Amino acid sequence: MAGTAGANGECQNRAVLDQWHPVGAIDEAEPNVVHVTRLLGESISFAVTPEGRSAAWRTRSDLTAGTPVDPESVTGTLPSRCEFLYVWTSLGDPPEGSFHIPEFFEPDRRNFNACTLGVYTSAPRAVENFLDMGHFPFVHDGYLGSEPRTEVVDYNVHVDGDTNEIWATECQFWQPAASATATEGQMVEYIYRIMQPYSILLYKSCPAAPERMDLIGLFVQATSEEHCRGHMFLSLIDDESSIGHIRRFVQTIFAQDLPIIENQNPKRLPLDPQAETPIRSDRASIRYRRWLSDLGVTYGVIPAA
Amino acid sequence: MIKLYDYVLSVNCYKQRLLMSILDVPYESIPVDFYPGWEHKSEAFKKINPLGHIPVIDDDGYILWDAHAILVYLAAKYDPSGQWYPAGDPERIGETASWMLFAEGTTNTASAARLCVNLEYDFDLEACQAGAHRLFRVLDEHLWFRERQGLDWVCSGAHPTIADLALFPDVVLSEEGGISRMDYPALRRWTDRFRRIPGFVPMPGIFPPAAVKAGSPD
Ligand SMILES: [Fe+2]
Repeated sequence: MAGTAGANGECQNRAVLDQWHPVGAIDEAEPNVVHVTRLLGESISFAVTPEGRSAAWRTRSDLTAGTPVDPESVTGTLPSRCEFLYVWTSLGDPPEGSFHIPEFFEPDRRNFNACTLGVYTSAPRAVENFLDMGHFPFVHDGYLGSEPRTEVVDYNVHVDGDTNEIWATECQFWQPAASATATEGQMVEYIYRIMQPYSILLYKSCPAAPERMDLIGLFVQATSEEHCRGHMFLSLIDDESSIGHIRRFVQTIFAQDLPIIENQNPKRLPLDPQAETPIRSDRASIRYRRWLSDLGVTYGVIPAA
Repeated sequence: MIKLYDYVLSVNCYKQRLLMSILDVPYESIPVDFYPGWEHKSEAFKKINPLGHIPVIDDDGYILWDAHAILVYLAAKYDPSGQWYPAGDPERIGETASWMLFAEGTTNTASAARLCVNLEYDFDLEACQAGAHRLFRVLDEHLWFRERQGLDWVCSGAHPTIADLALFPDVVLSEEGGISRMDYPALRRWTDRFRRIPGFVPMPGIFPPAAVKAGSPD
């Protein structure tokens, strides 16, 4: 695709280069050691200090994976920041600040990375799958849905005029085991929020505090146009379950999605409104695809003609 | 009761859950925080298995590790029909051993590719994928000839063995490692047959037989 990836697969799409991208969970990165990963077709290295400051750079031969390093001494670095559990970097000219998650700072929340898992699909396909309630009863049967309660009731979608984020509100779904603590089925309320082309957050009614919501984020690291790593961000009000128990629940759900998304062809998300049958493309995903077009995203997608 | 040191996304742990479900053997799953905790590499876990691997079983104080060895033990002890591990039949036991060794190969290629992709393991991904395709080609051809003889499983005889069971998860999860099964039609038919074995249970990432009928690609 012209203008999408260069001859070596590296990204040439301004709209994507200029974003902040997650490259790893802070808690899983041993401090003061080089970690190597991939982003937008390139090999990227990063390191964090024990205090949670970070450095990121294009991988080079004098700093191989596992080498001890003081992140603050590395020169020729990329922009980087530690925020919302992850190290973020950019290969372009990123905005000063990123999106906001005020709930994250509430003192009684448990915030942690549930898992980071690599998937053979494009970042936008992973986001769109996360946004789609229609597959719950078929793919997450017994957890996030169950037949015959397959109906997706109508909901609202709008783009916020100030932040240019997509919000899908008043979503509802009947779930047999909505969370790691659920003991019975319930009608669950969802709000979806897409903050960046590859980052999505869902707010979900919280069993432990009816007037508040649990947050589940999927922050996607596009390692190439057709492969990504999904970082599962959790911010929960739940002082009952062990972290291990919650992680097993989330990893189970995540892995249930793999055969579905890995068998979607093409792996890049088609933005042409005519390209795919409307079954999967419900209103939120139609809006998401149009929004990606409007932002000028060409990486990980098949742009509309 | 048997204790299984277990991780929900591990193929090799799944092999044990699958066999115990088929043989209707009750067991207790002891969750090991494989990722992100790497608990199997902890000093405490190495007292159970010094190799730092799961699965491990503890059957009333009898400890055994290595996925394919555990399958041999469980089938030998808990399958009254003697079919899953056909110990009474020298030819079939030879074939079972041969295909279990082959399954070490699919584990070290197809399932290793899955670890590279899912968890950024530092293996040579392309070598793993190429190795898996070499083995899948051999297995596909073998199963095709079997079908021509009216046989459904990797070893001779009418009943599946633990060799089928050892191969099935490595094969059926191969897409997660970027290994397509498009070119292996006999292999795909065999995975469909395997899913219909009474007592079959899926793991996350594997469709149960009902979902397959509904038109999913597997
Ligand atoms: Fe899903």
